[in-house]
Amino acid sequence: MNKLAKIFISLPLLMVAFSPLNAALTIEITEGTEGALPIAVVPFDTSKVASKLSEDIAQIVSNDLNRSGVLTVLSQTSLPAKPHYSQEVEYPAWRAAEQDYLVVGRILEKSSGQYEIQFQLLDVLKQKQLIGYTLQSSKRKLRSSAHKISDLIYEKITGVRGAFSTRIAYIRAQQNQGRKYVLQVADTDGFNTQTVLESDEPLMSPSWSPDGQSLAYVSFENRRPEIFIQHLSTAKRIKLTGFKGINSAPSWSPNGEYLAVVLSKDGDPEIYLMHIESKRLTRLTDHRGIDTEPVWSNNGQSIIFTSDRGGSPQIYEVPVTGGKPRRITFEGQYNAAASVSPDGKYIALVYGDGGQYKIAQLELDTGNLIMLTNSNLDESPSFSPNGKMVLYASTRGDNSVLYAVSVDGRGKHKLSDQSGDIREPAWGPYNLKQ
Amino acid sequence: MKLLNVSSKILLLCVTTVFITACQTGSDEIIQDSTSMDGVEQSQLEGSGVSAESTTDLTVLEDGSDSSAIAFDDEAQAKAKSPQAMLDNADSNIANRVIYFQYDSAKISDDSLSMIEAHGNFIASNGNVSARLEGNTDERGTREHNIALGDRRAQSVRRLLLFQGASADQLETISYGEERPAVLGHTEDAWVKNRRVEIVYEVN
Repeated sequence: MNKLAKIFISLPLLMVAFSPLNAALTIEITEGTEGALPIAVVPFDTSKVASKLSEDIAQIVSNDLNRSGVLTVLSQTSLPAKPHYSQEVEYPAWRAAEQDYLVVGRILEKSSGQYEIQFQLLDVLKQKQLIGYTLQSSKRKLRSSAHKISDLIYEKITGVRGAFSTRIAYIRAQQNQGRKYVLQVADTDGFNTQTVLESDEPLMSPSWSPDGQSLAYVSFENRRPEIFIQHLSTAKRIKLTGFKGINSAPSWSPNGEYLAVVLSKDGDPEIYLMHIESKRLTRLTDHRGIDTEPVWSNNGQSIIFTSDRGGSPQIYEVPVTGGKPRRITFEGQYNAAASVSPDGKYIALVYGDGGQYKIAQLELDTGNLIMLTNSNLDESPSFSPNGKMVLYASTRGDNSVLYAVSVDGRGKHKLSDQSGDIREPAWGPYNLKQ
Repeated sequence: MKLLNVSSKILLLCVTTVFITACQTGSDEIIQDSTSMDGVEQSQLEGSGVSAESTTDLTVLEDGSDSSAIAFDDEAQAKAKSPQAMLDNADSNIANRVIYFQYDSAKISDDSLSMIEAHGNFIASNGNVSARLEGNTDERGTREHNIALGDRRAQSVRRLLLFQGASADQLETISYGEERPAVLGHTEDAWVKNRRVEIVYEVN
């Protein structure tokens, strides 16, 4: 897959020749970065590398930082100079270029295909180094090294941990020439895609395990919805539920031991908790309405879900020990598909009004609801693990594509693709083993 | 062609029945017998419009022995009434197997009632037939909500079929939600066609 991403960079026009199912997602910044902090990233020195590198580290870092909405990267054609070490930097030139921060770096080849990447983040106004690191990398790991550099820079400047090294999962569907559904994971910039499962029957509802090693999802491969969990690196998978009726919307508990699921085996669609190891079930809801889209509160003590028990879909919360669900959305006719922020203070949701569906963020303490998007068919919001971005699917023209919007509304970018519908994004957790 | 073949056999069957009955009883009862034939056969008899041939068939039968004629009857009858033949018949009252719904509703419209009734009767009178009720929705609303809504629609159809005498073990429901649209597109026109339950038959 790395190889594919590499070809994509050097020969973008050849993309059409590849199977669309393997195509890398490409990123496009769609909305302004007003108020973002200016930073320049100088192309890293590669003069000591024998053969041309497959990845442009500075370019990957620039794209990452631009996508955050917090930083805006100076275009390469506007760079006043191209230093590679802090000692080579003449600060007045960068101040004149109105830059607050500057990144310089170089790549050394330790042995064939083994690299050492050194970089420094400099404060232009204070004329001093903020951080400097050396990373060991290899041909295969160049992209992930670049994302790690982005994380370090982002965290130093904002005080918030970067999420550029995490992964996203999503469903890609092809409806035109024969139906095909693919569950894929990719880096947050859409590259380095990995197909988890491919099927002629629908695949739905990917949910990450808290350790980032496994996905739960719904597959119709046996011509009925069933919930599976699959380990990503070993591809080992287990069918967890295959009850009569609906088996849907799995959501992994923060401690990794339970899945919240929706089953209709007892009549109406209800929320259940399943202990994964013993497969023991506990029923949490009991109502004639449609109860679905369960997600866990960040402390694992309650389930937040969508129910139309009050007439139209609204968000409710119920303790994992059971009890009467409490309604938590009151503004608007339609609120559904909650995603809980990592600090537990917010939920992102689909807000529907007059046939338009937008992504909104609700502050739980105050009940304040702010719109994050202004299009008309948005769905499936998913918080980044640092709580600063919300990934979602948006229908534009014939297809659904993935977007990410920053929670301050400052930055929005599209993960676009040449073909097929891309939907149901789920942003993976931090603690991935690299 | 296949249809014609079947109906001419039915014609043969009917004429034979009439012939045998006529031999056994009186001509008065011939009319009664033909009117008591079940609706499907009768309409096909009417639809065939090959009265000229009936004389030929009758002649052939007169030449042949009674026993061979009766054996032929059974085969034709079995074929015409076989569930597979009913399912293959594009003119039958179970040929339409899609029930449509209003937006975000699982309520069966009055327009669909007679169609579902025909399916219920068919399933009830053919124990070796099973039906898969596939619930679907348009793309509006969340995917998970639509899985539940598609299930509701399939359950609505199931309840009516049970009421018509279908047995529970002949029926299976599944919801695809919005995942398998009949028509692609984001218009009211596409949505109307996607809000549906499809009855998929299997003859065991």
